[in-house]
Formats: sequence, C-alpha cells, structure tokens
Amino acid sequence: MKETVNITINGKAYEVQAGQTLMQAADVCGYHIPRLCYHPDLSIEGACRVCIVEVAGMKNYVASCAYPVTEGMVVTTNSTAIRRARRDIVELLVDNHPQDCHTCERDSNCELQRLAFAMGIRKRHFEGERKTFEQDLSSPSVVRDPEKCILCGRCVRMCEEIQGIHALGYANRGFNTVVMPAYNMPFGESVCSQCGQCINVCPTAAFTEHNDTQALFETLNDPALIKVVHIAPAVRAAIGESFGLEPGQNMEHQTAAALRRLGFDYVFDTQFAADLTIMEEGSEFLERLQGRGKLPMITSCCPGWINALETFHPDFMDHVSSCKSPMSMMSNVIKTHFAEKADIDPARLFVVSVMPCTAKKSEAVRPEHTLHGRRSTDLVITTRELAWMIKSAGIDFIHLEGEPFDKPLGLSSGAAPIFGVTGGVMEAAVRTAYELYTGETLIDIELEAIRGFKGIKEASLNIDGITVNVAVAHGLGNGARLLDILRKAPDRYHFVEIMACPGGCVGGGGQPYPTVNSIPLDEGCLQQRADALYGMDRGNTIRRSHDNPEVQRLYKECLGRPLGEKSHELLHTRYAQKSPQGIVSRKLTQ
Amino acid sequence: MLTKDDPKLDQLKQTIDQVMQKPYSDSYLIAVLHKTQALYGYLPEDIINIISVDMNIPTAHIWGVATFYHYFNLTPQGQHRIAICLGTACYVKGAAQIVETLKQQLKIDMGQTTADGLFTLRPARCLGACGLAPVVMIDDTIHGELTPKKMSDIVNKHRRQAKKK
Repeated sequence: MKETVNITINGKAYEVQAGQTLMQAADVCGYHIPRLCYHPDLSIEGACRVCIVEVAGMKNYVASCAYPVTEGMVVTTNSTAIRRARRDIVELLVDNHPQDCHTCERDSNCELQRLAFAMGIRKRHFEGERKTFEQDLSSPSVVRDPEKCILCGRCVRMCEEIQGIHALGYANRGFNTVVMPAYNMPFGESVCSQCGQCINVCPTAAFTEHNDTQALFETLNDPALIKVVHIAPAVRAAIGESFGLEPGQNMEHQTAAALRRLGFDYVFDTQFAADLTIMEEGSEFLERLQGRGKLPMITSCCPGWINALETFHPDFMDHVSSCKSPMSMMSNVIKTHFAEKADIDPARLFVVSVMPCTAKKSEAVRPEHTLHGRRSTDLVITTRELAWMIKSAGIDFIHLEGEPFDKPLGLSSGAAPIFGVTGGVMEAAVRTAYELYTGETLIDIELEAIRGFKGIKEASLNIDGITVNVAVAHGLGNGARLLDILRKAPDRYHFVEIMACPGGCVGGGGQPYPTVNSIPLDEGCLQQRADALYGMDRGNTIRRSHDNPEVQRLYKECLGRPLGEKSHELLHTRYAQKSPQGIVSRKLTQ
Repeated sequence: MLTKDDPKLDQLKQTIDQVMQKPYSDSYLIAVLHKTQALYGYLPEDIINIISVDMNIPTAHIWGVATFYHYFNLTPQGQHRIAICLGTACYVKGAAQIVETLKQQLKIDMGQTTADGLFTLRPARCLGACGLAPVVMIDDTIHGELTPKKMSDIVNKHRRQAKKK
C-alpha cells in the first residue's frame, strides 16, 4: 500500500498519509471539520452526522470521521449546501433538547451550545415533539439526565471501551432510544463505579456530578459549625483551567486562600494523609512480603476502583490493602486527633474534602466511613464545584495572594502530590517501603518506568536482595486487563496500583471541563497536570512520606505505630461483594 | 420467583452450555433470549442476570437487545396471549370494535395483563388470515370472522375453562 495519497480539500491539493480518515487528514491540513460523537480515544460511531463533507462522485454526504482517504479524492467541507445540511442536523438535535441553556449546569461550557453557535443557528425552524424524562438522582456521585442526552454515545463507549464497566447502554429504539443502565434501574444501584468519566466525555449536561454546592454554601453560613476543608493533590494542578489558565499550574496557595474567603475555618491538605497512607500501606506491604497476607497487594486509594472491585472482581478482595483512602484517613484524623488537640467538640466539626473525583462522594456515604455515628467526611465537592463556588462568591481567584495551608495537617512530602497521577502511589510507597525494609536511603527515587500514560506499566526493584515486581494500571479497563494477567499468573507481581481514571486523578471525573480549544481527557492536558504534580515533588525538600515530621509526630502523639491498634481503628477498612455482579465488557480497547 | 430447583432454568442452562461451546458464542444471545421467553413467557431480570454471568455479556448490553426488539416481553405475560390483528383488512372489517370489546371485557389496555393473570392483550400487524377478517390469535389458535358477541363468548369460554382447572 502507498504511504501517502493525494487529495483535494476545498480546491487545494494536499499529500496526506494513507490509512487515515478524512477527518484526520483534514485536521492535519488545517481544516477542523465540526464533530460531536467523535473522540480520538473511542471507537468510531458515526452517529451524529455532524462531520459530513462532500466527496466528488459520491451520491450522499459522507461522515468524515468514518471515511478513509483514497487517491484523487476531491473533498468540500464548507459549501453552502453542506453548511446547510450540517446546520439542519445540529438544529434537529437542538430541537429535541430542552431550551434551558441559561439555567443549565453546562451553560457556556457545553459542546452542543458551542456547536449550535458555530453552525449559525440563530432561529428555530423545527418545532415538534420533544422527549421528556426525569433526572435520575439515585447515585450519590453522578446525576443522569436523559432529557439532555443527544445520543452521541460517547458515555456508552467510554464506559464500555475504556473503563470496561458497561454500566450504560442504549435501550429501546428510534425516537424512544435512551442511554440507561440495565433494567432502567436506578443508576446508583447499577454496576456503575461512579468514576464520572461519562461526565467528562458528555458534550451536554446529560451526566453531571451530584451537585453539593448549595448545601455547602448553607453550611458555610452556619455559625454553630467549625468548617474544615482538605484538598486532594490533583485539584490544585487543574483548578486554574476553570479560570482560563493553561493546564499544569500549581494553584495550591491560591486555592487555600480562596477556601478561607469562602468561610472555612481550617484549610488542610489531603496530601498530609497521603503520607500517612504510605506509612500504613508501605508497612502493610512489607508485612505481606514477609508472608503475612496475600500477594500481590493492590492499592486501595481510589474509590472508583474499590467500587469496581466489589462489583466486578470480588476474587481479589483479599489482595486489596485494608488502608482507607487518604480522604477518609484525613477526615478521621481531623475529627479525632485534631479535634482533641484544638479542643473542639467533634460534633461541631464539619469536614469537607475537595476532590478531582465523583466516586469520592460515594466513598463518603459508605456506612463504614463513620465516626461517632456521623460521616467522617461530611461533604465532598469536585474541582469543578469548587471553581464554581469561587466564581459564585465573587472571589478574584487569579489575583489572590497565595496563602499556606493550616498547621499541623497541611504539611506533606514530595511523595504526596504524585498520588494524583498514575503510578504515583506506587512510587511513593516504594520510596518508603524500601527504606523501612532495608534501613538504607533509596538514591534513585524517581521511578521512570511507572510514569507516563501507557495503560499497564511494570517495573522490577531490588529490595535487599529480593526482586519485587510492581505493576500500575490506570483506567478501569486497563485495571481489568491487569487483573486478568494476575488470574493467569498469580505470582507475577508483588504490588499493584490501580486507578479508575485515565491518567489517574489528574483525569478524574470531577476535573474541569475542557476549554474551547481542547477535548475531554486530552493527553497533553493530563500530562501538563501531571507535570505540575511532579514539579511539586521535585521542589520539596522532603521527598519521602516517612520523613514528614508532622506524620512522625502524629504517630508519636496518637497512633503509636503503623498497623497498630489505633491505626486499625481509624485508618483501615474492609470490602464486601456487591450485586448484581458486573461483567467486564469485551469491547475493551486493546 | 427464582427457586433453586427450577426445571426451566436447567433447560435454559443447557442451551447456554451448548452455545458457549460454539465460536462467537455471544452472537447466540438472541437465541438464548428466545429460549428464555419460550420457557418463562417473558425475560425475567433474575434470568438476565444469570445469562449475563454465564455468557459473559454485560447486563446493559442484554437490556439493549431485549428492549430493541418488540418481540421480547419484559413483564410477566398472561396465561393466554391474545393478539388482535390491526392490519388493513381486519381494520376495515371492524377490528376497532373487537379491540373495544376486549378492552372493556378484560378491563385492560393494549400491552397489559389482566389482574387474574389470565390474559395479555397485544396488537398484531397482519396474521396472514385476511380472508377470515377480523381475526384474533389466542395462543396458537386463529379465531376468525369475529363480531363483538363472538369475541366476548370466546373470552368467557377461556374463563370457564380456567375455573374448571
């Protein structure tokens, strides 16, 4: 086959790579054909027909996302006729869509809205029957609003091909087609892992996070409560995007300042608990390595992964670390040790966490994460929700003078921020486990082999003569593949990290929507966010969790030792199989 | 409704075992759903869950197939399935009156099942018996040249038979 083909786009001749689709070739030549159901990481659906173009000699317009380039092809992307046809297609989508942009969660951040504007739709021509549905509010994390769905199928393909969860499918047919879970059951009871990737890829507001901002504003105005907040690593690397900044700016100090202006009394850093997690998880790994407990040990920080474990992979429950996530550890430490030291009645404490994640909302309501009969984390908001609150409160985020986190739960090592990117927990755990086990200092602490966005990454380490094999997977689909490897070769790895979202928490389901010139889960954007976190690690003088003096102090004053009795009470948890059992999709992208 | 010793389930499991031996086993999903409906009269959720695990197909996908085809019933069906032809010939010959008679006598709408679980009423397109129009098919029997009176008598006959049993 020839390597290149000659085509003509809008009267100009181009030599383009063979084997591409028309859309890809046009992109290279500088013509951005409008598109909707297309996403480069997902299979080609050709459902929306927005990307149609004229090809000379073809009777009908062709969907450029699904049509390969061939020698001598003459393409027109912008004739009057094609513009009209494309506009009509989008107009029909808009006409079967609620006319409520000004009260919609995605107002000014909606692909359909942008597309309708770009197509020049200024008037409605087709008034007709419109579908009406109730919102599905059953999930603590994700709200499903089929009325806003335009059936592009990006969520279905995301859930199926990248996550392997297949919680969503098309039901019924024709005008009555709806994207829904099996049996039209409440979304919260389905096999959904609450990862929120459907929200990330949805062009409209058919999927949004369960919004807790109004409840939080009310709480912040309650003088009887002492409001405490802690923020996850990946939040600070992405929140700037909501305010027009380039991805990858570390906004931790501005975020801390904004949280104080919102009315929080104490602003802590979940990264403190990331170090604490490493103390517990690293110690647990060493226990298992010495024959006490099953190997490989699998990480437990990610609630989307834990949901998937309990629904899809119950055979691995004994392999998963009993450590709670940093969020739940942090909230527990706040409501016990901190409350005691600051002489605050824990009943007056209202603990909020800001997470890049929707599944954390489901973690917070799990009955095992309670203290004194109340949730240990009272409320979880996403990066997106916090950005909205900051804007809504009229806080000039960009020009805020940065402020540090409060003491003592605001201090973290460089091993903590990298929790927010795939491979980071493993890297942090290795730094500490190595030194706890050997008593020597690990010189080369940056584990390049498990950085980056390859689906499954592996490395072998030598810990005092023992070869320790580790593996890292991000995206639940890659996680399922990694577990399949383990089912066939149970001894292949000693330690495994699984994160539910592509890229890890930087690509979390609660992160800012893409800006105008970007697409959801763009790898370049994820890399920039990740670079911000790695930069924080390198910029920190303390780079190992066990060297965090506040963590050391916490063990001295309260916990005793890692895996001790007090630790078990506050920092560890358990898992249980859920039904209905989930079946991993076989359409996983290879 | 799902019990441990369900002979129907044993039969279904046999069918699934057979198709799982074949290449592209998931392409037999529709056949397995047909078998399920033949056994149970509809596609019970519990059974779909079992098919999902045994055939290794996510439930959301099975649900998509089950809801795409009108043939599949998603709710329990009555003991007798009444399909009333609404094709052109039957319609011209007064199918609408037959529909009205049935709706009033059974106190249900199209697609519903009577409270006693005896009848399910469904519309049909052409049953290929236009010469006998208007017709209904009850289970596998065609009843033709119907009048409201004849229709009502047939329903009563089925009711009497059910009582005897």
